[in-house]
Amino acid sequence: MARAVTTRHKTINTIIAWTIGLVIFFPILWIVVLSFKTEGDAIKTPIDVLTAAWTFESYGVVQGRSDYFKHFANSVIIALGSTLLGVLVAVPAAWSMVFVPSRRTRGILMWMLSTKMLPAVGVLYPIYLLCIELGILDSRVGLVVILMLINLPIIVWMLYTYFKEIPGEILEAARMDGATLRAELLYVLTPMALPGIASTVLLNVILAWNEAFWTLNLTAAKAAPLTAFIASYSSPEGLFFAKLSAASVMAIAPILIMGWFSQKQLVRGLTFGAVK
Amino acid sequence: MKQIQLKQVSKRFGDVEVIPPLDLQIEDGEFVVFVGPSGCGKSTLLRLIAGLEDVTSGQVIIDGQDATAIPPAKRRLAMVFQSYALYPHMSVRKNIAFPLRMAGVDKAEQERRVTEAAKVLNLTDYLHRRPGQLSGGQRQRVAIGRAIVREPTAFLFDEPLSNLDAALRVGMRLEISELHKRLATTMIYVTHDQVEAMTMADKIVVLQAGVIEQVGSPLDLYHNPCNTFVAGFIGSPKMNLLDGSEAVKQGAHTIGIRPEHVAISSDSGDWEGVVGVCEHLGSDTFFHVKCPAFTAPLTVRASGELHLPYGSKVFLTPEPAHLHRFDDKGLSLK
Repeated sequence: MARAVTTRHKTINTIIAWTIGLVIFFPILWIVVLSFKTEGDAIKTPIDVLTAAWTFESYGVVQGRSDYFKHFANSVIIALGSTLLGVLVAVPAAWSMVFVPSRRTRGILMWMLSTKMLPAVGVLYPIYLLCIELGILDSRVGLVVILMLINLPIIVWMLYTYFKEIPGEILEAARMDGATLRAELLYVLTPMALPGIASTVLLNVILAWNEAFWTLNLTAAKAAPLTAFIASYSSPEGLFFAKLSAASVMAIAPILIMGWFSQKQLVRGLTFGAVK
Repeated sequence: MKQIQLKQVSKRFGDVEVIPPLDLQIEDGEFVVFVGPSGCGKSTLLRLIAGLEDVTSGQVIIDGQDATAIPPAKRRLAMVFQSYALYPHMSVRKNIAFPLRMAGVDKAEQERRVTEAAKVLNLTDYLHRRPGQLSGGQRQRVAIGRAIVREPTAFLFDEPLSNLDAALRVGMRLEISELHKRLATTMIYVTHDQVEAMTMADKIVVLQAGVIEQVGSPLDLYHNPCNTFVAGFIGSPKMNLLDGSEAVKQGAHTIGIRPEHVAISSDSGDWEGVVGVCEHLGSDTFFHVKCPAFTAPLTVRASGELHLPYGSKVFLTPEPAHLHRFDDKGLSLK
């Protein structure tokens, strides 16, 4: 029997969903509002903030004080670089786990995931020292490699679930058709898993873009991405509310726009392929 | 000579021996069918020849060369899978051309061979379509097209018709047989359907639990089954296998008689029985007769015109010349 959904139920559910959505979105909305106010107005009571005059002043000051485009470029390079490098490593890894599994495959997958349960700060000291030794502290290359390694378990897991949906017989057919391993991955597996790979790339670009712990701890001036750009406005003294808000809007806007245009792929990625 | 030879080939999955060591020789241009019930190891045997599974021991010799360690891509064999295994992101044209592209054949030659294969398989109008836009039969033809363009040493078919409906299956069966006659290339065909085996094969290999029970031409297996398993597996309806005093009278543990070799009469005969269910096929009628002398009912083939009501008394008489005798191990007594 089909579940009876009455109009009343639908209305109540819609109201609840919108309320939760607005509560979650409110801080971002508030940051956007504050970014268009003067520092003085930004610390007034909420009602006064809304009635105060709108201005681009904070944006001008932020761009003048710290070079937005340099940080933006760093964010793009680090997010895209670490994701693409991760996918390059994860495609063959996931392929072997799905199509030539061993008795330990399941264990390896769980072990990889378990590294995400480790508090990052626990390994900060050794990684920091390693970066100094290798001369990659405050370098984009260093961050690309480190963020790739941090997100690799997620990339491998996501690709693993997508590859699982591909029938093994098709890859066997490719082998019978004379495809080498490289050709099999390049011409058969990758095109068939392209929607899944796209979701993985999108989600990991966002994760890498928003990553703050490692980017803040391992960068200073040269390789600092937008997370460091925002953090530089977080100060216990002085009036920085509007400027901090403007910096935040400038940092999240690109990823928000990207997310908006790729909603469908992103949902598929976030639900690990459950939505078809 | 493009022979395929298996020498003491065996396969284990962990502790389970799926195929105990076996020998088999397949001649150039032969149509060989591996037949047997589900799980008898026929597909595994085919995959061992293809190289998709590694042999546990023994040698696979293709065209005079030891191919045991050669990867599937280099064995010059083409395979058609049960699920068709077409590349869903490529058009029919690209699917068929894929093996040629992998072999580095130039574009013009690729185009020529794809066009030719499409013509043979009636796919010319569908070359631009994706596999998802084709019917089951058309998909199977694309899979065959992809196999023939390579001009392989042998074709391997893994239950290629089991996903098709009955009418289409008969049509495709003829098409594959026709293709074999035209190309005169070795074909190894796996099926669980003994009708497919009988109608298509030059040579049938009957398998049970990974063991080759008998190898021979369809009629050879039909007329001279070496044991009760082959006797019961080959032929439709099945051979009547009968135990008891009647078998002992014939100096055997079990006797076998095919449905068409039993005469049915309402007046007199050797075995008395009662008519059970009958199946009218038009040309023939199959009567299932319960005889007190045997535990299982006998199947008898009679003319399509014969009508005998359910429950009526009948007499059956086997043709002595066609009686098969088997010992207590199920082996044929000559």
